[in-house]
Amino acid sequence: MSNRIDIKKTYKLYIGGAFPRTESGRTYEVKSSKGVFVANPCLASRKDLKDAVVAARSAYPGWNKATAYNKGQIFYRIAEMLEGRRSQFVDEIILLTGVTKLKAEKEVSESIDRLVWYAGWSDKLSALAGSTNPVAGPYYNFTIPESMGVVGVIAPEAPSLLGLIDAIAPVIVSGNTCIALASSKAPLPAITFAEVLATSDLPGGVINILTGKSSELAPWFASHMDIDGLDISGVPTKLRGELRTAGAENLKRISSFSAASPDRILAFMEAKTVWHPIGN
Amino acid sequence: MSLVATNFYGLVDGSDSSLKKFLSTLPGVDQVGAEARAAMLATRSIKTTSKRWAIDTAISMVDLTTLEGADTRGKVEALCTKAVRPDPINLAVPHVGAVCVYNDMVGIARHHLDLVGGNNIPVAAVSTAFPSGRASMAVKIQDTSDAINAGAGEIDMVIDRGAFLSGDLIGVFEEIVKIREVCGEKAHLKVIFETGELVTYDNVRKASYLAMLAGADFIKTSTGKVAPAATPPVVLVMLEAVRDFYAMTKTRIGVKPAGGIRNTKDAIKQLVLVNEIAGPEWLTPALFRIGASALLNDLVMQRMKMDDGYYASPSYVTID
Repeated sequence: MSNRIDIKKTYKLYIGGAFPRTESGRTYEVKSSKGVFVANPCLASRKDLKDAVVAARSAYPGWNKATAYNKGQIFYRIAEMLEGRRSQFVDEIILLTGVTKLKAEKEVSESIDRLVWYAGWSDKLSALAGSTNPVAGPYYNFTIPESMGVVGVIAPEAPSLLGLIDAIAPVIVSGNTCIALASSKAPLPAITFAEVLATSDLPGGVINILTGKSSELAPWFASHMDIDGLDISGVPTKLRGELRTAGAENLKRISSFSAASPDRILAFMEAKTVWHPIGN
Repeated sequence: MSLVATNFYGLVDGSDSSLKKFLSTLPGVDQVGAEARAAMLATRSIKTTSKRWAIDTAISMVDLTTLEGADTRGKVEALCTKAVRPDPINLAVPHVGAVCVYNDMVGIARHHLDLVGGNNIPVAAVSTAFPSGRASMAVKIQDTSDAINAGAGEIDMVIDRGAFLSGDLIGVFEEIVKIREVCGEKAHLKVIFETGELVTYDNVRKASYLAMLAGADFIKTSTGKVAPAATPPVVLVMLEAVRDFYAMTKTRIGVKPAGGIRNTKDAIKQLVLVNEIAGPEWLTPALFRIGASALLNDLVMQRMKMDDGYYASPSYVTID
């Protein structure tokens, strides 16, 4: 086998359920923790973001309408697919970050468990955040949490896989669709994760993954009129003010988090109140 | 125009034999060459000030169209309002080229356009048993004169593709001549080929010349009901035809691609074709139109992006 030519993987974007190259034709170098060249993933441009928003927006009505049960099942399916490719993720994390095998395996396990954990939340949100409100009149008054629409996610630089899943899962479990910008130093697990998504019954366009520089793309996330919310957990604190200002122009909801929590889900939901006559 | 209809630019005498003889002199289309040239021109990069000009020009060339069985008075009126002011909060956006509706909606559209300040926007009516063209000549003539009486300034007629494909060229020719006579001075005549049904580029070229000789003011690719519709190579062949026809007759015939042009990028590709094949003289709503409905929103959104510096949302443009 030694004289066989290596078949190298082309790392592409994940938009609308397909794996296109960036329209800009740009790439950048990703190096291993030891400084050795590993791959040339796409350096996504603002036009790729624009395309991803169109894909996410058109996927939104279908995904939002899917039952909580169905969403939970699909989450569980993603976890199953991830489990089946565990070793590939472990290898990629070790290669790019230089952590021990034990630590890498822990990150992958946590990622899988996190998906299962969020899967469980899909049918409990209305019980958690909904309510029956006391009103002065012969009416029932209900408050029901509903998804917002299209949400942007800037994933943290590290941990590359767990950080991405931690940001994406709470956004889409409620029915939002999202565009995620992966860790720029270690984007390979994110692209491999896109391959997992493509084989796990998740409708195309619900999760779109871009690779590139957050300094270049984050302002376009913030100013885009058709992105309703933005998770900036992966943006360094000193750069967040600028994004909040740009997002304020279009009333975008911008949040950041440090841990997995149902609050992360509710941050990108709206409350709908319904009045219904009680009758006699 | 009625003069043209009787002498056919002096190129044919209206007989079957003269028409066949003329059309047989047309060279065949180099299919590979036409597709390669259209694909090459589609890669032109139009940016900044050129893009801004192209967007405004494309907006002014849109024949804003609704041709659904479910069309209502309300929908047509909303469309007319949008035609006058595609972006309600920005007066700098030009109005569209025309509003294109079915025969029975012409009066409603004309009335509403006049009401909302669109006196200068013509109503185009699809005619002659659109989209199939399967009706008797008497019905087709009645269809056309009805539309003109209701205020249509432009008639988009379909040719009888069955007759064309079975070789009855003079039948198709005479139909166009008759409709031309009905239109007279009152309405511009656009002739729709339904290129998706004509099968070959040679047929598109042949149909283009046939329609131009019969007195068409515009030649139009498709009804929008059949795919493929206005593909770039088809538009290229038609633009070549109007260019060469101008060289023969000193008369400029317009071109209207319709169907499948949904975003700004597609529209700009069409403008590049016009400029490069027919020439810049054709870059005017008088000689080039784009039949579309969803396209207008995308043009308006791209215009917003250029003005504001950030991407627009469909929530901020009108719903069709």
